Amino acid sequence: MSAAFSKRVDAALADPILKIAVERTAGTAEAKRAIAVDAFAQFEDARTRAAAIKDHVVAHLGYYLEQFEAAATSAGAHVHYARTADEACAIVIGICKAAGARTVARSKSMMGEEIGLPHALAEAGIGRVETDLAEHIIQLADERPSHIVWPAMHKTSEQVSALFKQHHALPHSEETIPAMAESARRHLRQGMLGADVGISGANFLIADSGAVCTVTNEGNAELSLVPPRVHIVTAGIEKLVPSMGHAVQLLRLLARSATGATLTQYTTFYTGPKRAADPDGPDAMHIVLIDNGRSAMREDGLAEMLRCIRCGACMNHCVVFRQIGGHAYGGTYPGPMGAVLTPALDGRAASRDLPNACTLNGKCQEVCPVKIPLPTLLRGWREKSWREGLEPATMRQGIAAWAWVAQRPRLYRLAVRAAIFAIRRFGRGWITALPLAAGWTAHRDLPAPDAESFMSRYARGER
Amino acid sequence: MTLGAPRPRVALFVTCLVDLIRPRIGFAAIRALEAAGCAVVVPAGQTCCGQPALNSGARAEATAIARRTIALLEGHDAVVVPSGSCAATIRVHYPELFEHDPEWLARAEAVAAHTYEIMAYLDEVRGWRPDTALSGTATYHDSCSGLRELGIKAQPRRLLNHVEGLSLMPLKGAETCCGFGGTFCVKYPAISNAIATEKAAAIDASGADLLLAGDLGCLMNMAGKLHREGSPVRAFHAIEVIAGMGDGPAIGEAS
Repeated sequence: MSAAFSKRVDAALADPILKIAVERTAGTAEAKRAIAVDAFAQFEDARTRAAAIKDHVVAHLGYYLEQFEAAATSAGAHVHYARTADEACAIVIGICKAAGARTVARSKSMMGEEIGLPHALAEAGIGRVETDLAEHIIQLADERPSHIVWPAMHKTSEQVSALFKQHHALPHSEETIPAMAESARRHLRQGMLGADVGISGANFLIADSGAVCTVTNEGNAELSLVPPRVHIVTAGIEKLVPSMGHAVQLLRLLARSATGATLTQYTTFYTGPKRAADPDGPDAMHIVLIDNGRSAMREDGLAEMLRCIRCGACMNHCVVFRQIGGHAYGGTYPGPMGAVLTPALDGRAASRDLPNACTLNGKCQEVCPVKIPLPTLLRGWREKSWREGLEPATMRQGIAAWAWVAQRPRLYRLAVRAAIFAIRRFGRGWITALPLAAGWTAHRDLPAPDAESFMSRYARGER
Repeated sequence: MTLGAPRPRVALFVTCLVDLIRPRIGFAAIRALEAAGCAVVVPAGQTCCGQPALNSGARAEATAIARRTIALLEGHDAVVVPSGSCAATIRVHYPELFEHDPEWLARAEAVAAHTYEIMAYLDEVRGWRPDTALSGTATYHDSCSGLRELGIKAQPRRLLNHVEGLSLMPLKGAETCCGFGGTFCVKYPAISNAIATEKAAAIDASGADLLLAGDLGCLMNMAGKLHREGSPVRAFHAIEVIAGMGDGPAIGEAS
C-alpha cells in the first residue's frame, strides 16, 4: 500500500463522524434504491437496453458527435472540442473573459471537478458561486466532493450548520434542516441572479436535437443557467445519446439507481440560447465537448466504463467505500467507478492502490444500471500493473515463487508440510499472533492447520 | 437417483485452503458425494486453482496453473469443489484466460461446463437431500463469488433445511462481503478489519449458535474475527453439517 493511500485510509477509518455521515446517506440510498427497483418490473430489461444504447453510442462516437454539433449549431449554440482538461479550462475561461464575466454561477458537475474548473476560475480571478446545496457546502468548507451525487456526504448536518453560521449573512436561527436550507437559499439566490455566466455539466447530450439535459433536485441548474447572459456546458463526449427517447430510457434508471426516486425533481433540456420569442434565457450558449482520456479508454479495453451515467450506486453499495468514504480514493471519482477511472485520468503512479483495494465481491456490477463489469475492469488494471512491474517486489516475487511451486505437486506437498509445521509452532486451535501473517492476526485470530494435510491423509488411505 | 443408474465419476478438487487448514471439509465432501451416489476420485496432482495469481493480475502465472489444473480435471463426469470462489475460478475465469488460444479455450470450456460448487452439485445436479441431524441454530453467509458468479443462494439452504434438528436463522446483510477478498485482507488489513467487524456484529446479532458458509477463506475471516471479539458463535463449512460432521470441532477448535 502506498504511503499516501495508507495515510488517507487511516485518517478515514479513525474518523467516527465520517462513518456516521457515510452510513446515513449511503445506507438510505441503498434502502430506497432496493424499494424502487422492486417496484420497477422491467428493471432488468431496462438495464440491458441502457447498456446497449451506451455501447452503440461509444462504438459510433464520431457519427453522433457530428450529428450533435450540427444540431446544436443550428439551434444557435457554439460547439467547442477539448482534448484535455487544460484545453477545456482554457476554452471556458476564454469564453468568460470575452463575456466580461466577473462571477459565474456553477451548477454541480463532476466534469467541472474532473477538469479542475474551480481552480482555473480562481486563477483567472473570476468569482464562482456553487449553486448546488452540497457543492455550496463544499465551497464554504474549501474541500473536494466526496461522492458524485452527494458531494458533501461526508459532512453531518451539525457540521453544515456551523459552516452556514460562519459564512451566511442571515444564517438560520433554528437548528432544523429546513431552516438551514432556507439560509442557503437566501444566500445562493443573490449569487445566481447576479452571475454573468452560468456553467453546467450535462447528464445527456441529445444528438438529433442538439439539446443538453441536466437533472437536479433543487432547481438550481435552471436558476443558474437561464438568467445569466451566457450558458457554458462542459460535457464528456460519452454523454451523447441518439435521441430524447434514448435519454428517457436512461433517466428511468438514473434516479432510481442514485436516490431511489422515480425521477429527479427537475429534468431540463436546453436547446440553444434564447430565441426571439423566448421570454428569457442566455444570449449565448457554448458547449465544450471534452475527451480527456475517453478516446484512449475506448481503445484500451475500458469502453464499457464509458457507459457510466454517474448514478453512484456502485459506491453506495461498496463495502470499501462505506468504510473509507470518498476522499480516501484521492481522485475526482471515488468508489468502484472511481477505482476504474482514476488510473486512466490521473495515471497509475498515483492510483495503483485503487484497483487493488477491492474485494472483488461483485456487488457494484450487480447494482450498476448499465451493467459495467467493474470487477473485470479492476482486474484489468491489476494485470496492467503486474505486467509493467508496478507491484511491490515482495508481492511479485512471492506470487511468482508460489505459482512455481503450485505447478510442482511433489514440491507443493513438501511446502504444505513445512507450512503446517511452521504455523503450528505458534499454536494449536486459535493463533493470536503469527509473524508473517501480521496483517491477519493484527485484527483477527487464525485457525491453526490440522496436523496433516488433506492430500497427505487421503494418500494414506483415509476416507 | 435411479437404481442401476451408473454412478457418476466425480473429481473432488479440494482447494488449497481446505488441504492446508481444514482437511475435514474434504472428507465431509467425499462423504456427502458418496451418499449422493457418486464415485469420488481425488486427482493426486492437484494444488491450487490459481486464484491468488489471477486476482493479483499475474495472468501468466494464473494461466500456467490453469493449464495443468485443466489437464488434471479432464475426463470426469463432474468436477466438484467445496468453495464458490475456487469453483468460479475454474468455471468463469479459466475460459477468460484462454480467449486467444482456441485449443486451450475448448479444453477450459469443457472442464468449466461440468465444474460445480459442491452444494449446487448435490442439490441441482444430483437432486440429493441429506438425512443427517444436528440440533441447534445456524445462520448462513452468502460468499460473494459463489453468490454472484455462480448463483449459489438457495442450494445450501435447501440442503441445510433437511438436516434434522437444525434451524436456520436470518443473517442481516447475508449478501454483504465479509472483507476477506483473498489477498485483499492482508494487503489492506485495516479496511478488511473494518468490514469484518461489521459482519461479526451482524452474525452475533442473528442469535445463532453456528455460522455456516461455503468458502473456507471467508469462514476463517469471520470466525477469526468472532473469536478475537469473544463471540461464542462457532463456525463450520456448510458441507460439514450437511455430511453429518457438525458435531466435531469447529473452525479454530483444536482437534
